Amino acid sequence: MIDVQNLTKYYGDFCAVDNISLTVEPGKILGLLGPNGAGKTTTLRMLTGFYTPTSGTIRINELKMPEHTLEIKSMIGYLPESAPLYHNMLVYDYLDYVARLKGMDNPERRLSRFKELGRLCGLSGIMARPIGNLSKGLRQRVGLAHALMSDPDILILDEPTSGLDPNQIAEIRDIIKGIGREKTIIFSTHILSEAEATCDRIAIINKGKKVADDSTEHLKQNARHRSVVRLTLLNAEITAALTHLKAFDPGLDITVTDTPASEGISFELCCKEDKDIRQDLYLSIKKTDWIVTELVRQPLALEEIFHELTREGA
Amino acid sequence: MTQIKTIALKEFKDYFISPIAYIVISLFLIVTGWFFFSTFFLYGRADLRDFFALLPITFSFFIPAVTMRMFAEEKNVGSYESLLTMPVSFTHIALGKFFAASAFAAAMLVPTLSYPLFISFIGSLDPGPVIGGYLGAILLGGAYCSIGLFASALTRNQIIAFIIGCAICFTLTIIDRMLFFVPERLVPVVEYLGANAHFTNISKGIIDSRDLIYFASVIFIFIFSTDIAMKEKN
Repeated sequence: MIDVQNLTKYYGDFCAVDNISLTVEPGKILGLLGPNGAGKTTTLRMLTGFYTPTSGTIRINELKMPEHTLEIKSMIGYLPESAPLYHNMLVYDYLDYVARLKGMDNPERRLSRFKELGRLCGLSGIMARPIGNLSKGLRQRVGLAHALMSDPDILILDEPTSGLDPNQIAEIRDIIKGIGREKTIIFSTHILSEAEATCDRIAIINKGKKVADDSTEHLKQNARHRSVVRLTLLNAEITAALTHLKAFDPGLDITVTDTPASEGISFELCCKEDKDIRQDLYLSIKKTDWIVTELVRQPLALEEIFHELTREGA
Repeated sequence: MTQIKTIALKEFKDYFISPIAYIVISLFLIVTGWFFFSTFFLYGRADLRDFFALLPITFSFFIPAVTMRMFAEEKNVGSYESLLTMPVSFTHIALGKFFAASAFAAAMLVPTLSYPLFISFIGSLDPGPVIGGYLGAILLGGAYCSIGLFASALTRNQIIAFIIGCAICFTLTIIDRMLFFVPERLVPVVEYLGANAHFTNISKGIIDSRDLIYFASVIFIFIFSTDIAMKEKN
């Protein structure tokens, strides 16, 4: 359980995080979305105790920062952005060092944990290689093994899939989903499809402020209410078609999209209200001699919402 | 305690994984050996007085070079973040790194044990000043290590850390030779601040509690400042 209230962080005069509140229930995955420089990393760093907040409270499993920072740190597994590691150490030595610092004193327990993590994160073949020689993706996996080492209740992952190839992204996503069933996870990303595919809940922040915080389902439904209809007409002339559409519904938001002339004219019609205009639209076009080759209703993607929320005030 | 031990062991091993340890130890041997033996046969005295007399100066350059990477490098690479988010406190980290650096300073002195060994073959060597000298050298090394650590905790740039560390260590070394610049009333205070006099006392074989307290306080003050510097930066 992560409970953050009115978190604020100033760097000098610059406000990096402005009054953000978040809660994550146990066993849930929260995606922290936002454009570059929105304050994602700063927020996560405060959650892990690396930065001290200017104001606000952080409670993790009912323990409060900064009074219980050490206990909280031992409950959290953290993967920093771009997984910085000691380049001159071997993967095995590094994992051993992390395990000891996390209080795993029993050598047999350490060894069995290394084997498990080796399988889970795909490290078995690289245990004896220096970290400095590893590719970015492999380093990210070592970082993930670091975060998972003590089997923590809470995982905080800062852009866990950045810089990875598509296969690796899918793998890491599967790992997160797999462990997310019993753990509380916060991860930040700027890839929307990723958040959509893995998170139970999505919080969007922009310029240090939280602009949306809802379950993924809800956000998607909200998006679906505001749909776009794609219409392509053959044999029609632009001005005539535009006047016709304006007459059909003055409230429509019409954009003409680029299509080759042979395929006719395409429009994207954005309806302000939540209704399906296709039927009426077809009936009204039927009266003319234009031919409808395409009439599709597309739900507004999460991406559009993201754009809208993060563009405001930009 | 286990955290301090784990960090200290890791940091100590780090020196020997990379070429740093071997380069620093060889250079240290060449420099001290050269200065010591260039006059040793001229005087014809079977003691290590000249070796220990030079040690504060050589240490004030070598020790900051050994400690400059301890925090600066971690901050630069970013591993500082992973370290601080593990269940360890600032004090654990500062002490762990301090013990590793001091152990390395002691390791630097190990090959020089061949000097007293060699001298005891060719003349009659008084063991008291030698034992005192090595004890003093370890205390001096520890004190300079804590200074170097503090300098490293201030910045992410290793060169700046080295220069700040050198400046503080060198000041402590030569301050008691600059007494004629100091107003008369302050002379005893400034004299007490200098590391050289305290080290010389111990290396004569005189173990005085004032000298031990001096080194213990320098170590304490600079580790405490390191702790504060780390907290302030976050």
